[in-house]
Amino acid sequence: MFLLKLVYKNAFRHRLRTLLTLAGLAIAVLAFGLLRTVVDAWYAGAAAASGTRLITRNAISLATFLPLHYESRIRGVEGVTRVVRSNWFGGIYQEPKNFFPQFAVSDNYFELYPEFILPAAELSAWVRDRKGCIVGRGLAEQYGFKVGDVLPIRGTIYPGTWEFVVRGIFDGADSTKITRQMVFHWDYLNETLRKTAPRRADAVGLFIVGIDNIDNAAAVATGIDALFTNSLAETLTETEQAFQLGFVAMSDQIVAAIRIVSYVVILIILAVMANTMAMSARERTSEYATLKALGYGPLFLAVLIVGESLLICALGGAIGIAATVPTALAFKKMVNIFPVFMVSAQTLWAQAACAATVALAAAVVPATRAARVRIVEGLRAIG
Amino acid sequence: MSAPLVEIRHLAKSYVRGGQIVPVLADITLDINAGDFTALMGPSGSGKTTLLNLIAGIDKPDSGVLRVGGVDIAALGEAELADWRAANVGFVFQFYNLMPVLTAYENVELPLMLTGLSRTERRQRVELVLAAVGLADRMDHYPNELSGGQQQRVAIARAVVADPRIIVADEPTGDLDRHAAAEVLGMLRRLNEDLGKTIIMVTHDANAARAAKAMVHLEKGELLPA
Repeated sequence: MFLLKLVYKNAFRHRLRTLLTLAGLAIAVLAFGLLRTVVDAWYAGAAAASGTRLITRNAISLATFLPLHYESRIRGVEGVTRVVRSNWFGGIYQEPKNFFPQFAVSDNYFELYPEFILPAAELSAWVRDRKGCIVGRGLAEQYGFKVGDVLPIRGTIYPGTWEFVVRGIFDGADSTKITRQMVFHWDYLNETLRKTAPRRADAVGLFIVGIDNIDNAAAVATGIDALFTNSLAETLTETEQAFQLGFVAMSDQIVAAIRIVSYVVILIILAVMANTMAMSARERTSEYATLKALGYGPLFLAVLIVGESLLICALGGAIGIAATVPTALAFKKMVNIFPVFMVSAQTLWAQAACAATVALAAAVVPATRAARVRIVEGLRAIG
Repeated sequence: MSAPLVEIRHLAKSYVRGGQIVPVLADITLDINAGDFTALMGPSGSGKTTLLNLIAGIDKPDSGVLRVGGVDIAALGEAELADWRAANVGFVFQFYNLMPVLTAYENVELPLMLTGLSRTERRQRVELVLAAVGLADRMDHYPNELSGGQQQRVAIARAVVADPRIIVADEPTGDLDRHAAAEVLGMLRRLNEDLGKTIIMVTHDANAARAAKAMVHLEKGELLPA
């Protein structure tokens, strides 16, 4: 009890210095948490991927399509349960800054994505309406879309203005699922192309392949690709997660830079905290010597300094951690570029671990010095 | 005749300064009996504070015998010496050396925190000694809210609260005005006369030394003949 009281009183002896250190710690822990959340957001697509879904695309590139008739052959591979056609539409809603992903998909899309929850009535309304579309909850909330709204989308890959009627809004099974996207009928796209650009019709961007068992993924992927070896359009089949990570890999230098910055922030605050503790301990050398003269042992002094460092870091860390979730929400509203921007439990634990590490690392040297101070020399020290 | 409380035989101490060995005390032989009030006097650099530090167990001699209350304190390890100090020595420093974040009450309580006394017992003792030094009404004040003389009285209360066998005082009046110095010296004298405390005081002030019953003079690390 006495030790705790002394720790508390020492920690707030120089209020301004302690408050500034606390503020620095809180900001550093907050920045670390936000940067980690940015990295997590980068990987959100891959994290949300299912092990029972494969992506089959043209082996040359994503921009090169596959013939429609591949679908039936893929369906015939052992272990395949469903095949969904998917084309990236890449249209613009009102103006370019309103970017959101749009996919032309076959009607069985939602059978392959059970994590997207869509009321049965809305699903059947969509299936019945050739121009119908389904939007995710995140997208609907962002633009205020409601069932029945007509969305004019200006095509970039597929010219013209396309009108879609919102027939349903799907929710994610949990908050990590990406719901900032829109899907519409692949058949609608293809039928239109047959009329306007017949040479582009019957071409599929990629096939999303459902499989019966996660353990069969490699065998099924090999089986699919073997079907089209030496054809005009060879395929590349990989797991959905590997496919998503391929996108992340295009920007992995940026992700690596963000990661490095997040650790640099912690290193900087460690230096600040170590300096604060060293200054405090140096100023109190004569007090430590006096305590030693009175009979207090080296361990007491070491615990006194480590305790003070832990208290400051615990308070600064707690403020930083508490501010992370609201700041992330505000950041998401302000800069709506990530479909999922959520602070994970691991991030909160990592923040706490960083604060504890800073506390202990900053206290090591001053605690050791205080424990070793020679009484006679310490009493001569001027605080 | 009973053995002296402090028994020093051929004590020597030197320090290393800038790579050179500087002798501070040489061949000191001295006895101090229980109940004595001894002033260690001498010019700056004579070794009087070093001798006091050795007797108080906060420094170690190079050679010689140093027994306090029959205990060879030079042979004790760090932890044993800390326990010995806590039980046997009360300190009064020139610049008081109070903890600035603790009140007068809490400063006086510091030595008692190392004992097995209950909170109530500690309170009784602290209040008693603070009343004895005339600071019963200042126990909740922090050191920076007290005058120099009052701070030194708090330090004296801290030195006696655990009832040690010896009180060592290093220039206890060195930072005080004449009036406060007289108060502090009177208080030390009362501790010696009324409570029988053994006091060893370092001073270079002849007026302060007159409060003691005996004087020991040092010069260049050696005792001068009485």
